[in-house]
Amino acid sequence: MDKIWEALYQAARLIFGFDPDLVEITLLSLQVTVTATLIASAIGLPLGAWLVVNRFRYRRIVIAIINALMGLPPVVVGLFVYIMLSRSGPFGVLGLLFTPTAMIIAQVIIITPIIVSISHQAIRELWADYHDLLISLNATRLQRVMTLIKDGRRALLTAALAGFGRAIGEVGAIMIVGGNIDHVTRVLTTAIALETGKGEFGLALALGFVLIGMAILVNLAVHGLSRTERGSRW
Amino acid sequence: MVAPILPLNLTSIEVRRSGRTILGPLSHRLEGRGISILMGPNGSGKTTLLKTMHGIERPTRGQIDWQITAEEARLRQAFVFQTPTILRRSVLDNIAFPLLLRGVPRKSAQTTAAELGEKVGLGKVLQQSAMVLSGGEKQKLALARALILAPDVLFLDEPCANLDSRATRDIEAILCDARDRGTRIVMATHDHGQARRLADEIWFLHAGKLIESTPKTQFFDAPQSAMARAYLKGDLLP
Ligand SMILES: Nc1ncnc2c1ncn2[C@@H]1O[C@H](COP(=O)(O)OP(=O)(O)O)[C@@H](O)[C@H]1O
Ligand SMILES: [Mg+2]
Repeated sequence: MDKIWEALYQAARLIFGFDPDLVEITLLSLQVTVTATLIASAIGLPLGAWLVVNRFRYRRIVIAIINALMGLPPVVVGLFVYIMLSRSGPFGVLGLLFTPTAMIIAQVIIITPIIVSISHQAIRELWADYHDLLISLNATRLQRVMTLIKDGRRALLTAALAGFGRAIGEVGAIMIVGGNIDHVTRVLTTAIALETGKGEFGLALALGFVLIGMAILVNLAVHGLSRTERGSRW
Repeated sequence: MVAPILPLNLTSIEVRRSGRTILGPLSHRLEGRGISILMGPNGSGKTTLLKTMHGIERPTRGQIDWQITAEEARLRQAFVFQTPTILRRSVLDNIAFPLLLRGVPRKSAQTTAAELGEKVGLGKVLQQSAMVLSGGEKQKLALARALILAPDVLFLDEPCANLDSRATRDIEAILCDARDRGTRIVMATHDHGQARRLADEIWFLHAGKLIESTPKTQFFDAPQSAMARAYLKGDLLP
């Protein structure tokens, strides 16, 4: 019991003392995941909208594949990216393995399907609403997608935040492709795994609290967004 | 002078859905000025006919010929749906929307939209979210949005269903004003009073067929078909 109190005390000291290691790890975590979320959103949000507006032949299959990709185990994504980036792999010459870039790539692969899937669902509802008007006004494909993205931006932001939440807490894939190298690729989740293994519960807890704090913030933001949506203001 | 869009010739058009003919075969001509009113019981094909003329419902057979190409003609028509589509934007941006699609700069689109919004009686709520408008206000918004491109032909599908008499009166005034400025109006309604007030001619539909198309006074005073007589008496039609 004493050990736990001691660890908690130490965690509080690290957090409120802005421990340099803790800050560095947190910032790298944010940098990797924010970048991954931005890239995944840039791909996923328009793709989600585009899948709604375009009724091409294999649409249902594409949607089924994306839904299946959503359930992809992150460790497998990590393995896949590792093979691609390893020295003998097709992208080995780029020397990206064990860099933050490799972690970003893995996270993008993990969260893009989630973002596509959530935004697709939200945009589909909006499209059902807007369909007749946009057709009647002769809106081009691009105009339709842009209108849906613009007016569905709240739901799309929710999708992006869901992606962020998933990526920031992910450990399996980035452990494999990042290697958890101190001062280079060590992020919140991998550091927690390491410190827990070493028995350094103080630091592990401090990292854990930061991670939980971020998760709560993201969830509050999502909640706030969906509430204002229902209140139908903009 | 821009090329005239009318007359519109419908030649043997037929709309089949789920293996059933829901409209036609039907041949007719839309021409002249004024207001044509589509009447007929529920399910008689009024909505389908309006959408087919507008070009957003594809006929299974037949020809729809404007005096200009179908693509050009579409740009000079507008359609007000039975349930108005409300964009999740401000009232002003809703009205300005068609102009934005045509590439009009935002500022000037908003100026035009504000003038029109003022005119249809939405002046006080222009900055408000359109989602919270009343039914009558939503319909006025849809009407203003349809009129902002100054269409040559305006289709309306029961625009006053579920509205109170005051909102109905406002809408009718807007329609008369548009008609007076040369917009050809084709509108479906169930409301006999409204048809009497607005119509120049009545198109009476039943079971997807155009039973008669006659000037208003003749339709109400001396309908040609037994079907229309029964409909006007309020009898249930087969
Ligand atoms: N997509 C569709 N598939 C099958 N039946 C349809 C479809 N659209 C309309 N109908 C049917 O066509 C008939 C005419 O509909 P509609 O044009 O909406 O009539 P109205 O507007 O006069 O009430 C109705 O019986 C309706 O159920
Ligand atoms: Mg109808």
